[in-house]
Amino acid sequence: MVEFLLFLVPASLVLIGALIVIFAQNPVHNAMGLVLTLISLAIIYITLNATFVAMVQMLVYAGAVMTLFLFVIMMIGVDKKEQSKESIKGQTLLVSGVLLVLISLLTYVAINSNFTWDLWFEAVQFDIEGTPQLIAGTLFTAWILPFEIISILLIVATTAAIALAYDTKKRKQHV
Amino acid sequence: MFEVTTDWYLSLAAVLFSIGFFGMMIRRNALIMFMCIELMLNAVNLTFIAASKHFGTIDGQVAVFFVLVVAAAEVVVGLAIIVSIFRKQSSASVDVLNLSRG
Repeated sequence: MVEFLLFLVPASLVLIGALIVIFAQNPVHNAMGLVLTLISLAIIYITLNATFVAMVQMLVYAGAVMTLFLFVIMMIGVDKKEQSKESIKGQTLLVSGVLLVLISLLTYVAINSNFTWDLWFEAVQFDIEGTPQLIAGTLFTAWILPFEIISILLIVATTAAIALAYDTKKRKQHV
Repeated sequence: MFEVTTDWYLSLAAVLFSIGFFGMMIRRNALIMFMCIELMLNAVNLTFIAASKHFGTIDGQVAVFFVLVVAAAEVVVGLAIIVSIFRKQSSASVDVLNLSRG
């Protein structure tokens, strides 16, 4: 019963936060809804024994990424009203139909699959706790090549962000 | 009834992904669309963690880190693009972005 509540309460908070994200009109409220979703997800991760991932989720997502979002919201202004006119006729209705199909399809697959496919690697069959030691042991041995590639991706992304944010015209005027 | 199995987590992820998709389709503010992408990525992360628990392996949790890093990189570049568009158009709405229209 406790286990059930530990799932139900964060799960409802996740969904409430997600609904705030898509329906709130003030961008700051949307960002706060996303924070609610991310923190509730971190709680769910802890109940799934992924403690380290939960902490990283809090620090990176709820901390760094959301700060970035809020910075940009502050930069481009929160009082800009979004136009509510549909540029494609009947867009909301159409997407609602697609949403119903998608949600029922995904939930059907989630409930009816029995997860008995064979793993291509040797599974360690016990209730595994996601400690930093265990994750690092796998990350720096079996996953070392993706790890290196992802570090290159991060450098490229940083360089791209600097290049995009650099205002060449303004810079030349000042010199 | 009160036993929480992997199906529950996967269903939650399915609903979360669908909400993110819905928001992506109905909102026009580029920032909100980015938040909806984050919702969808987080739904995928939840399936990874649930599978990790289900199979008793750590690889699912390692995969979440890669999704996290890609999401962070995507947000950095995306927000930089939004800011530079905002400088030119003074709007973050995706409806005004019709420069390459034929």
